[in-house]
Amino acid sequence: MSPVIEVRDLRKTYGNGDTAVHALRGLDLIVQKGEYIAIMGASGSGKSTLLNILGCLDIATSGQYLLDGIDTGEFDEEQLSLLRNRKIGFVFQSFNLVPRTTALANVELPLVYAGVRRAQRRERALAALELVGLQDRTHHRPNELSGGQQQRVAIARALVTSPAIVLADEPTGNLDTESSREVLGILDRLNASGRTVVLITHEDEVASHAMRTVRVVDGKVAGVLV
Amino acid sequence: MRIFEIAAFAVRGLTANKMRSGLTTLGILIGVASVILLIAVGNGASSAVQQSIAGLGTNILTISPQRAQPGSTAKPLTTADAAALVSQDSPDVKYASPVVSAQATAGYGDTTHDIGQFIGSDPRYFDTTNSSVAQGNLFSDNDVQQARKVVVIGATVATELFPGTDPVGKSMLVNNIPFTVVGVLAAKGSSGLQDADDMAVAPLSTTQNALTGYGSLTQIVVQAQSADALPNAQAQVTTILNGRHKITDTADYRILSQDQLLTARTATTETFTVLLASVAAISLLVGGIGITNIMLVTVTERIREIGIRKAVGAPRSSILGQFLIEATLLSLFGGALGVAAGMIGSQFTIAGIQPVLVPSSVLLAFAVSALIGLFFGSYPASRAAKLRPIEALRHE
Repeated sequence: MSPVIEVRDLRKTYGNGDTAVHALRGLDLIVQKGEYIAIMGASGSGKSTLLNILGCLDIATSGQYLLDGIDTGEFDEEQLSLLRNRKIGFVFQSFNLVPRTTALANVELPLVYAGVRRAQRRERALAALELVGLQDRTHHRPNELSGGQQQRVAIARALVTSPAIVLADEPTGNLDTESSREVLGILDRLNASGRTVVLITHEDEVASHAMRTVRVVDGKVAGVLV
Repeated sequence: MRIFEIAAFAVRGLTANKMRSGLTTLGILIGVASVILLIAVGNGASSAVQQSIAGLGTNILTISPQRAQPGSTAKPLTTADAAALVSQDSPDVKYASPVVSAQATAGYGDTTHDIGQFIGSDPRYFDTTNSSVAQGNLFSDNDVQQARKVVVIGATVATELFPGTDPVGKSMLVNNIPFTVVGVLAAKGSSGLQDADDMAVAPLSTTQNALTGYGSLTQIVVQAQSADALPNAQAQVTTILNGRHKITDTADYRILSQDQLLTARTATTETFTVLLASVAAISLLVGGIGITNIMLVTVTERIREIGIRKAVGAPRSSILGQFLIEATLLSLFGGALGVAAGMIGSQFTIAGIQPVLVPSSVLLAFAVSALIGLFFGSYPASRAAKLRPIEALRHE
């Protein structure tokens, strides 16, 4: 069975000439289906760049990235948006909910772009919100929710399309201990139910939830901790 | 595709900032309303002119002197010319009224009024210009012969100088010369650019004596026996005047029939309409630029939101669609309100002109407003659509 993520010799360079910044310098990574992986590294190590490329939000300068067996290298923006919609659920450190829009509408958003019908959309969004324990907050707007609740809405949005992977960029970075525990609990349960999860963190406590920890140093994988 | 949902996003985007959306709509509203209204005013003016010229009757010729060039041998039109036009040689000419006109200031008691046109002529003038008397009487041939200082005034002059009193029999000063008001003409209304009632008519002899002197006449108004006799009358008048003025090649006078007058005046009001419409079109353009401006601000302000939408898989086309629909809704809404405002506004008399709505201008203005949304919204919308997701998300 092919891995969910297969990355070979991934390079990313910002700018060019003398001022070029090499964020990734030939990184290899394989994530199998159902794995829970934590990526750790100092700030500037390239871990965020890696996650953005894995999430198809950014494009590598060179190297190969197979997502669920699909080579993303030749994809144009239109096909990448389709991949983001169908294969990837992304959770951001800063939640990134659409402002002035209810939790339910936020969770429905990926389904709208996927062309799911209204009734089915509502049903799936409500199920996702129930999964994160927010069934009684469906009509609250982001500014009426706590940070932890907002992040749980974001997770519901990430998983509502049943993506191949859930990517989380420091999901607990902006949260207090209590909310962090809730969010990590949800990610644990997601993984337990078979979902592949890749998250970035710099807290060992968070990384301890993962099956293995990948250390990124200077744009390369420096070591894997199982 | 999911056009309905995308339109719903657009509506939500607009209602999120009602004040801004309202002001942008106002820009388009004013543009559309002014296009409709100003075209209606221009149209109203030209139909008023047509009516007033049609009121002259179809058997009238107007002879006016050609402006004398320095060194030219142009002869003035004289009372004798006018008298000579009614003779055995011109069986188709019924009357020929000599006309002089002057600027004059009239005074009564403490009030003064600048009369638009002070005309000296004979009693036939009233007939040829379709003027009827509302109060008092017209002056007679006898008044002309005796050069009596009598005057018939237009409705505007009557209300300006004699508010609340009956002007008939009163003595009014015209350039400090006392004239007795013998009658007031029935109101004719404005003929577009000038008030047809801001006038006074006195006997030719008196006017020449008191105001204009005995130089050239301003016009000779010729009435033919009938409308059918007009071409013959014109030929006879030409022969007589050419003989009297010893014309060999270019005439030193001009004969205009009512048809020609109509063509000339219609051309004038068309120019006027085009002028008004272009001013209005400019305001519509400014409204469109307002839409671009607001949409650019909206896009910049919502870059993060665009990034979020892209991150969850919004294709380029749906982002483009969302912002295009926002812009088009703004302009369509403004256009619809503008049509309403224009149609309501054209029910009122504006600057003495009753606007006449042109249905095609309503359709045109509305269609243009919709296109303006698409056109001026397309730049900001494509900018939003082209944003790279990661850059949009990083934007603060």
